[in-house]
Amino acid sequence: MRTLALSDDILLKVEKPARYIGNEVNSVMKDKDHVDIRFAMCFPDVYEIGMSHLGIQILYDMFNRYEDTWCERVYSPWPDLDSVMRERNIPLFALESQEPIKTFDFLGITIQYEMCYTNILQILDLSKIPFHACDRDWDCPIVIGGGPCAYNPEPIADFFDIFYIGEGETQYRPLLDLYKACKKEGCSRTEFLIRAAQLPGLYVPQFYEVTYREDNTIASFTPTVSGIPGTITKELVTDITDTTYPEKPVVPFIKCTQDRVVLEIQRGCIRGCRFCQAGQLYRPVRERDADSLKEYAIKMLDNTGYEEISLSSLSSSDYSRLEELVNFLIESCNEKKVNISLPSLRIDSFSLDVMEKVQDVKKSSLTFAPEAGSQRLRNVINKGLTEEVILEGATLAFAGGWNRVKLYFMLGLPTETDEDIRGIAELSDKIAMAYYDTVPKEKRNGRVQIVASTSFFVPKPFTPFQWAPQCTKEQFLEKAYTTKRAIMEQLNQKSIKYNWHEADASVMEGILARGDRRLCEPILRAYQKGCIFDAWGEYYRHDVWTETFAECGIDTSFYTTRQRGLDEIFPWDFIDCGVTKAFLKSEWKNALDERVTKNCKEQCNACGAARFGCGICTVPRITNL
Amino acid sequence: MKLRVKFSKHGVLRFIGHLDVMRYFQKAIRRAGIDIAYTTGFSPHQVMSFAAPLGLGLESNGEYMDIEVNSLTSSPDFINALNAQMVDGIRILEARLLPDNAKNAMASVAAARYTVAFRKGYEPVFLTEAVVDDFFGQSEIIVTKQTKKGETTFDMKPFLFACAFDDAQNTLTLIVDASSAGNIKPSLAVKAIYDRNHAEFNDYALLITREETYLNAGTQEVPRLEPLGFIGSDFG
Repeated sequence: MRTLALSDDILLKVEKPARYIGNEVNSVMKDKDHVDIRFAMCFPDVYEIGMSHLGIQILYDMFNRYEDTWCERVYSPWPDLDSVMRERNIPLFALESQEPIKTFDFLGITIQYEMCYTNILQILDLSKIPFHACDRDWDCPIVIGGGPCAYNPEPIADFFDIFYIGEGETQYRPLLDLYKACKKEGCSRTEFLIRAAQLPGLYVPQFYEVTYREDNTIASFTPTVSGIPGTITKELVTDITDTTYPEKPVVPFIKCTQDRVVLEIQRGCIRGCRFCQAGQLYRPVRERDADSLKEYAIKMLDNTGYEEISLSSLSSSDYSRLEELVNFLIESCNEKKVNISLPSLRIDSFSLDVMEKVQDVKKSSLTFAPEAGSQRLRNVINKGLTEEVILEGATLAFAGGWNRVKLYFMLGLPTETDEDIRGIAELSDKIAMAYYDTVPKEKRNGRVQIVASTSFFVPKPFTPFQWAPQCTKEQFLEKAYTTKRAIMEQLNQKSIKYNWHEADASVMEGILARGDRRLCEPILRAYQKGCIFDAWGEYYRHDVWTETFAECGIDTSFYTTRQRGLDEIFPWDFIDCGVTKAFLKSEWKNALDERVTKNCKEQCNACGAARFGCGICTVPRITNL
Repeated sequence: MKLRVKFSKHGVLRFIGHLDVMRYFQKAIRRAGIDIAYTTGFSPHQVMSFAAPLGLGLESNGEYMDIEVNSLTSSPDFINALNAQMVDGIRILEARLLPDNAKNAMASVAAARYTVAFRKGYEPVFLTEAVVDDFFGQSEIIVTKQTKKGETTFDMKPFLFACAFDDAQNTLTLIVDASSAGNIKPSLAVKAIYDRNHAEFNDYALLITREETYLNAGTQEVPRLEPLGFIGSDFG
């Protein structure tokens, strides 16, 4: 039996000890003496969040298929354990072997959202790995970051040896081989990193120098070592049907956020919503073959025993063989008494029919994400959802017995006016109206329940809105009050509930999202002052962050509310995600002109991703130049 | 057909709580391809019930759950199929077919036997066979326990069926009421021994293993404790 890193008295004292003991069904144990590479895969948040992430499951499976590699998992210790580990000087450990992270060859950290940056420092700190990459020697694992936030790695550049830009399936094998070769040759760590920096998609920040203009924008960004590229092109899998997928995902003991089999049906999105980073980063859209998905579904259900399966993609309705796949799942899942959950489905007669078959209509609610209240603003953000489509979907659903609707909007979008904001209330009211028009009195089960939620818009790199000024906290809150007042004025206001997010964290996210290397210092200082779990409202300490930026002499409005020039060099411009800056610029202009751009299935808009020669880009369509 | 399944729980499984063990078994049964019965209705779930929740940190050689199956081959087949799906620390020990009129596992529980060992460095020097015999020989044992509503004081003696110390092994054996009406935590009994001997009690010192869970095969007046699987029979 394995020896646990934590003693019984600690495990009996902390909340949910199952977070730290490993031993889950399908977790992989290997003999450490028979592998060459120990890889610790980290999601820098609590176990239940980290275990729900599909990307890690894919990479965990991929690494453990390599005979020479043992990949283990590590998550952020919750604050209760965090303080015990500090007090008793217990090093952070991996779940499978329970051995210290510092003894590993690699520490891979997936960076899914900006608000986890201090948790990355917590992981390094508890592992006793120096914060700064340049202070590390061969006693430390190679710290490598990936995931969506690696597309602007600059605010955390000092803390990583390498960033992997793009999809993990392609370059890890060459990187591991290079590592083995370098170890054999007795290379220095620096020599290894120089050679790694020459692999496609890999960015080694310490070999790049940034200079700034007087106005604080970037003057130049150049490699300091010869032979390494000035531009890093993202890696991607051209045929995603042909790549590895976990047939035996780890099944946690405790209930996690994603407590089901997850089937990734496609990567990328054809839609091109202008606020959406994923929609640009993961282009072009590539589908997995439906027949192999059917096989995966059965195998994964058999190997895990899960009671539910979910389809994962940015916009499932756009998957070309959705109907066939879903009908197959309904049939086989019914036999197995398995539920199907279908997020990101457009509400139409097909999806309603499916939902009626797989869900309890009385309990479930409909979800629409119009994102903006008026058609004008929906054109600005290129969200191709019209009021007509929403009302049609809602009417169909009401006739089918549904009486709960969730609506998601954003506040603070570029060009937004009070008129657009009132549109949120008016649309909510019209949906309520549609219910009372559709469902006769005697068939009504109480009032229709409409929940409208707004989040605050944060401009992200590699979107057409990367040039847009973000709102201030005061503007955000004013917009939320305007929404609230407008809803109160509606005829059916009693049927509409309004929720809005807290504004401080959105401002913070905005600073980090479009930040540069100069933010490394305040992030480290904020961590040293005790900031961790910033993504968790109860732990987020806005006052500490504000104070820290001031101490570091950083004017945060430079990163948030500033109007960026069209010719400005952005901190992330050295990354080539496929979509060109010229395309994003033309989309930014289209947004300001309230002009809609067609989706990738209707026509090619020459975004630049076609050069990868895969997915939708290889399907003949009209090209709009 | 109702089955009573006995299993053990050791090692790191001590840190998996009762509800998570239930969830674990629901999935294991699916993986093992056992033809379990489901409730009818819109969200069907497995017909499954557990005898007595085991506290966090405790090990066990005598856990039970009842499940209903639509078909079955044999006890060994069932045990092997389910054991093939177990993680380290949890083993299926027996599976017995219950008579149709059997009370469910939880309602059947009358008592449980525990072995209490002591963690290194926390061994109580005062404990001897004689001390424990003297404790158990009392006509009443007044204890105070914390409940949701506050504290209650009661006589534990009627709920404490056996209590003995093994000098050689340095372990205590306890048989206590484990029914839903009169459940006694083993640590409460051990604390009473410490208290009587004016020794400072620390919960953490105890390494507790539930050895067996019993039903009452006798009468109310003349009880006869038998393992919970007693009323079932091997099949196939």
